[in-house]
Amino acid sequence: MPSDLIHEYMRIDHLPQIWCPGCGNGVIMRDVAVAIQELIDDQEYDFDRDDFVIVSGIGCSSRAAGYLDFNSIHTTHGRAIAFATGIKFANPKLNVIVLTGDGDCSAIGGNHLIHAARRNLGLTVICFNNDIYGMTGGQYSPTTPNGDKATTAPYGNVDRPFDIANLATGAGASFSARGDVFHARETTEIIKKAILHKGFSLVDVYSVCPTYYGRKNKKGDAVEMLKWQRDNLIPTARYYNMSEEDRAGKKQIGILSFNDYPEYTEEYAKIISACRKKAKK
Amino acid sequence: MIGRRKLVIEDKWCKGCGICAAFCPKQVLEIKKEKVRLKEPEGCIQCGQCELRCPDYAIYLVNVEE
Repeated sequence: MPSDLIHEYMRIDHLPQIWCPGCGNGVIMRDVAVAIQELIDDQEYDFDRDDFVIVSGIGCSSRAAGYLDFNSIHTTHGRAIAFATGIKFANPKLNVIVLTGDGDCSAIGGNHLIHAARRNLGLTVICFNNDIYGMTGGQYSPTTPNGDKATTAPYGNVDRPFDIANLATGAGASFSARGDVFHARETTEIIKKAILHKGFSLVDVYSVCPTYYGRKNKKGDAVEMLKWQRDNLIPTARYYNMSEEDRAGKKQIGILSFNDYPEYTEEYAKIISACRKKAKK
Repeated sequence: MIGRRKLVIEDKWCKGCGICAAFCPKQVLEIKKEKVRLKEPEGCIQCGQCELRCPDYAIYLVNVEE
């Protein structure tokens, strides 16, 4: 039961979280906790709590590492994937989960993201994508849609946005998916699959920021923003059955690309053992 | 087996965003003084929508011991 889950897997003396009323990040953080709990409880896998490591960068999203009661580390801006790379190499058996935001992983840490994806390093990156820099006061981020307003784009954003899930696929990630706050159960299932995936997996989870993005763009309150997600973000099975006209303005959520490229730490271990054999001769 | 369940509100975690009240299919929740209240306890069907939507884990169902 989720209320027990909160007591079991979150540092409840730190609650309520710092996030604004209506912020979607709390739901995404619980999705991650539910996904981990279900994997620990599943007899098919031999996971316990210490098999999971939570790494976060800087930003609203990255506060999650402080609330989740696991071995967790809150690192520097944009560098969560770099720290996670070190953790994964030190102990490749760990499930290293990076909680990051749109700005943290696609602007400040953009290079870390694309190169971890290219190497297919076995990390799970969950991006809390709220289309804005919330913590610093609503500046536009690399995912702010073209034409939308932000503190630093009072007349509308000139840039075209990144689609982080497609960016990861293009950079070579072997698992790329999209989720959102409204479809919480579907997103939890996607996160479970992402954790179980051996190579680099990225889940771009659309959050809602009613305080900055919503207010600046007259998107209504948190309820209105969630209703927008309900009506415009479509789970894969239903999306495939829609006509081209019906798909206009809508986006698919679910697993977008999947491959079984070799995983980086395994390939690295092969080099090490080959060199050791050579040295012994 | 589905036992009896009861709605619990964690007042100190509620930020009064109103998401639970808006998505309640029976409209039995309301926001008063920036906190959620169960205005019609007999109308609640224990569907768990409020628990699923609440970003602050401030409203949830617990099983009641018979």
